Amino acid sequence: MANGIVTLTTGTFDETINGSTTAVVVDFWAEWCGPCKMIAPILAEIATEQPGITIAKLNVDDNPEIAMRHNVMSIPTLIVFKDGQVAKRLVGAKGKGQLLQELSEFLPTSH
Amino acid sequence: MSHHHVLIIGSGPAGLTSAIYTARANLSPLVIEGEPSSTSDQPGGQLMLTTEVENFPGFPEGIMGPELMMRMREQATRFGAEFLTEKVTRVDFSARPFRVWVREQEYTADSVIVSTGAQSLMLGLDGEKRLLGHGLSTCATCDGFFFRGHQIAVVGGGDSAVEEASFLTKFAEKVYLVVRRHELRASKIMQERAQSNPKIEILWNTVVDELVGTDALEGIVLRDTVSDQTRSLPVTGLFIAIGHRPNTDLFTGILDMEESGYLVTRPGSSYTNVEGVFACGDVQDHTYRQAITAAGSGCMAAIDCERWLESQHS
Repeated sequence: MANGIVTLTTGTFDETINGSTTAVVVDFWAEWCGPCKMIAPILAEIATEQPGITIAKLNVDDNPEIAMRHNVMSIPTLIVFKDGQVAKRLVGAKGKGQLLQELSEFLPTSH
Repeated sequence: MSHHHVLIIGSGPAGLTSAIYTARANLSPLVIEGEPSSTSDQPGGQLMLTTEVENFPGFPEGIMGPELMMRMREQATRFGAEFLTEKVTRVDFSARPFRVWVREQEYTADSVIVSTGAQSLMLGLDGEKRLLGHGLSTCATCDGFFFRGHQIAVVGGGDSAVEEASFLTKFAEKVYLVVRRHELRASKIMQERAQSNPKIEILWNTVVDELVGTDALEGIVLRDTVSDQTRSLPVTGLFIAIGHRPNTDLFTGILDMEESGYLVTRPGSSYTNVEGVFACGDVQDHTYRQAITAAGSGCMAAIDCERWLESQHS
């Protein structure tokens, strides 16, 4: 899988979540959300450094039905999907160290 | 381990102004700016969670809070300030050079400017943690969007509560403003805006006693502080704006603070009880708490710090 963040839309969401062999972290965000902007560069770094996990983002302004379906009421919200199922939900912005720790169970072990 | 003349902890208007001034004085400050969070202790400080700032001089059309902070940060960078996007975990100011840690990583400095600001107070009610992000919010600009057509409430009586209530009427059908006293602490212009907004209903002498809902907020229980009667209000959103507490846990037992946790500075200056450690911004100000006063006190701290460093070498 190519490094970088995958941009999801209502049209591609299900296909990406269900078709992925790795866990998919979806960042629910919007242009007007300050804390979302703060974690964006951190997620970009994680996407580059951790090829064993897929990082995706979904703009809640443009795709409100997906946000509603997953009961997103606060952004940034990160939802981790594994085999198409919700495996974890993180609400609010966090630093890189804390994010990596929260995501550690989804990172493939290198040994 | 790296050594700096000036180490600045925090990056709101106070920290960034002190960074601009000390950088221009060729002191190459290191700013440990904090880590992203949604509780107003993030890099850039409380303004990162606001929308339009209308009272910062020099911006007659107003400026977005995050934009203003980004510009201050750029200005500091331009003069050589260095930034570290981490949160300080421990300090030792008992000897010089002063020592500051980010987890295992140690930094030393000849002088320290503390500008860690303040963060939103929570209500302290049962279920608060569970419902945060599920109807309960500390950031109207982040979460207002999700309450389009809903009935919601804002608790608090200061400028930020009134500002949030006004902002939220863009989305919500109805906004109750829950005010503990019989008056608002907010500035006159904000009060007038709230009172003339047909979507806002102010509930005077009222406090939130209980949060109702398991997976998402379904309502709140209100208590009238005069009659002591309770009643429930079916709202799907509750925005908390009841004030702030200073971010001073790091300095307990190290720097003098008031009972409320605010750092004590020598009147008319930014000097703390530890020589060479200066404090500015909301971490030492529970009176004014404005972006411009924070910036002003950041400037004072930079000048105090620069003069103090000079006096050490002469």
